[in-house]
Amino acid sequence: MNVTRFLSRNWLVSYAVVYMVLLYLPALLLPLFAFNSSTIIAFPLKGFTLEWFGVLIETKALHKAVQNSLIIALITSAISTLLGILGARAIVRFRFPLKRGIVGLIMVPLILPEIIVGVSLLVLLMQIGISLSIWTVIAGHVLICLPFSVAILSSAFQGLDPSLEEASMDLGETRFGTFRRVIFPLILPGIISSMLITFTISLDEFIIAFFLTGTDVTLPVYIWGQMRFPAKLPSIMALGTILLLLSIFLLVLGELFRRRSARRQGKSTSPTGGLV
Amino acid sequence: MSENAIIEIEDVSKSFGSVTALSGVDAIIREGEFFSLLGPSGCGKTTLLRLIAGFDEPTGGTVSIAGEPMAGKPANMRPTNMVFQSYAIFPHLSVGENVGYGLKKKKMSRQEIADEVTRALAMVDLAGYGDRAAHELSGGQRQRVALARALVMKPKVVLLDEPLSALDKKLREQMQIELRQLQKQIGITFILVTHDQEEALIMSDRIAVLFEGEIAQLDTPEALYRRPVNKRVASFIGVMNFMPATVTASSDTAMSVNIPSLGQVDLRADQLPEGLNPAAVDTIGVRPEMLTILFDESETAEREAPGEVTSASYCGDMTYYSVLLAQADEPVTISMRNTTGRSILTPGTQVRVGWGHESVVLFD
Repeated sequence: MNVTRFLSRNWLVSYAVVYMVLLYLPALLLPLFAFNSSTIIAFPLKGFTLEWFGVLIETKALHKAVQNSLIIALITSAISTLLGILGARAIVRFRFPLKRGIVGLIMVPLILPEIIVGVSLLVLLMQIGISLSIWTVIAGHVLICLPFSVAILSSAFQGLDPSLEEASMDLGETRFGTFRRVIFPLILPGIISSMLITFTISLDEFIIAFFLTGTDVTLPVYIWGQMRFPAKLPSIMALGTILLLLSIFLLVLGELFRRRSARRQGKSTSPTGGLV
Repeated sequence: MSENAIIEIEDVSKSFGSVTALSGVDAIIREGEFFSLLGPSGCGKTTLLRLIAGFDEPTGGTVSIAGEPMAGKPANMRPTNMVFQSYAIFPHLSVGENVGYGLKKKKMSRQEIADEVTRALAMVDLAGYGDRAAHELSGGQRQRVALARALVMKPKVVLLDEPLSALDKKLREQMQIELRQLQKQIGITFILVTHDQEEALIMSDRIAVLFEGEIAQLDTPEALYRRPVNKRVASFIGVMNFMPATVTASSDTAMSVNIPSLGQVDLRADQLPEGLNPAAVDTIGVRPEMLTILFDESETAEREAPGEVTSASYCGDMTYYSVLLAQADEPVTISMRNTTGRSILTPGTQVRVGWGHESVVLFD
């Protein structure tokens, strides 16, 4: 069938196609220019090269930034998920005074502009006299990641039949043993989801990291710094390509794991991909 | 009476905030009996079961199990095990792992646990199901796994929270009999929570009927059915026809009761429920099967009253008639067995209704 005719008849489909193309095409430009031998980011392409990837391997400052980012993302996702488990558990299972207000406060960073969070945290840290390091970045990242952890883990706890916990206690198990043998394995998919999401958020977060990072810059801050030098642009493209592949790999891995565990529990796999 | 008591409940009350779920409940549950807590939803029966299990603590009073007060003892320290309404089968564990879950806390070798699990599964007719995943089971099988998981712990008391309510009718009836047989065979005390009066009658040695957080009557199934203490218990268990009546004369051995729709009758004094003042009697009750329709002239009864059939419901083995007695405002229900040669009466038929002094229960 004639493509133009098909699209004009199915305007909703055409709209969706255009939307997807505009959304994802820029990302596909990254690998395109990463292998282009010209130093200028423009069409037409000149030739194929692996030179820019070689540059990445030789740049020591980049390695340091990647290392910082990975450390920050790992610690952030661990802290945020741990706090998320505690918070979600309290929100789903218990009633306590000012519950709505407290839940609201946890969720506020979702809608607060990051630049305001970044500036105010910076001012606060300066006032207290804490010097900037990867730990200040971690603190900022935990703040913005926590709403995601709490939301993901709340839905994991909501799917848990409370009588399972009672059954475990009834069979002689302690509270901690019940957590270890029943609750933890059943919310594990939620925990992994939470860790993946917060890891990703922290890894590519720029604004807060920009304000709170000291001499140990994170990867996004490093990339931003390199943008000032046009000659470095192709190697940034190469770096972006690696990051793109890495995040696709992580997402696929997370989804595979989630499906396996859902199948084991006999639940149907949800269309939201288990993230929410 | 308390010589072989396994559970003693003394003046137990429980409130959730401003809501009173139980107040002043006293009961003694004997070792080895099948005891039911029966009542409509919201009557506090599940709350009482949870107090026994240790999931909640009473607001007042004490629960003792095997002579030991349970105050402050959480569920994992009590010699009771529960079969949950939802069965609460651990979805991430196999059938065998579910059944062996509690044994891991006991000092037992791997082999001993495996043997106990096999034995427990055989007991509930699930031999060979140990490796199945929990989600591969049907509702009836899940119920059996939950039971095996409780029994394998060798508890002093097994608590069952409406375990059959999720099953379809046929399976439920079959499980009622199986559960009862299993209980007799192993001799462990079972406490069943149910809202199904028929289920309670079929399975129990004794039944406590609860309304609004209080025990209305604690008795054997037969006594509950034949001598309910008040109108509410009478209409909750089975069907009861109520008619206005007054006691016209009473002595230590006998009393005379006037029932306008049936007639005058002399009752034995022991037919008066304990604690009931003869002067307070204003109603009598008659079960549908305690009234008979006299089909031909040759049939007789101790007493007779004229009436007219207003409707008939045919149920295969039985027919339920509504009969308007001569002096009554509302029709009574009469159940008749459909034996050979008995046709179904049509509305409008004039009939003689047979009854006797044994049919009558007195209420205030």
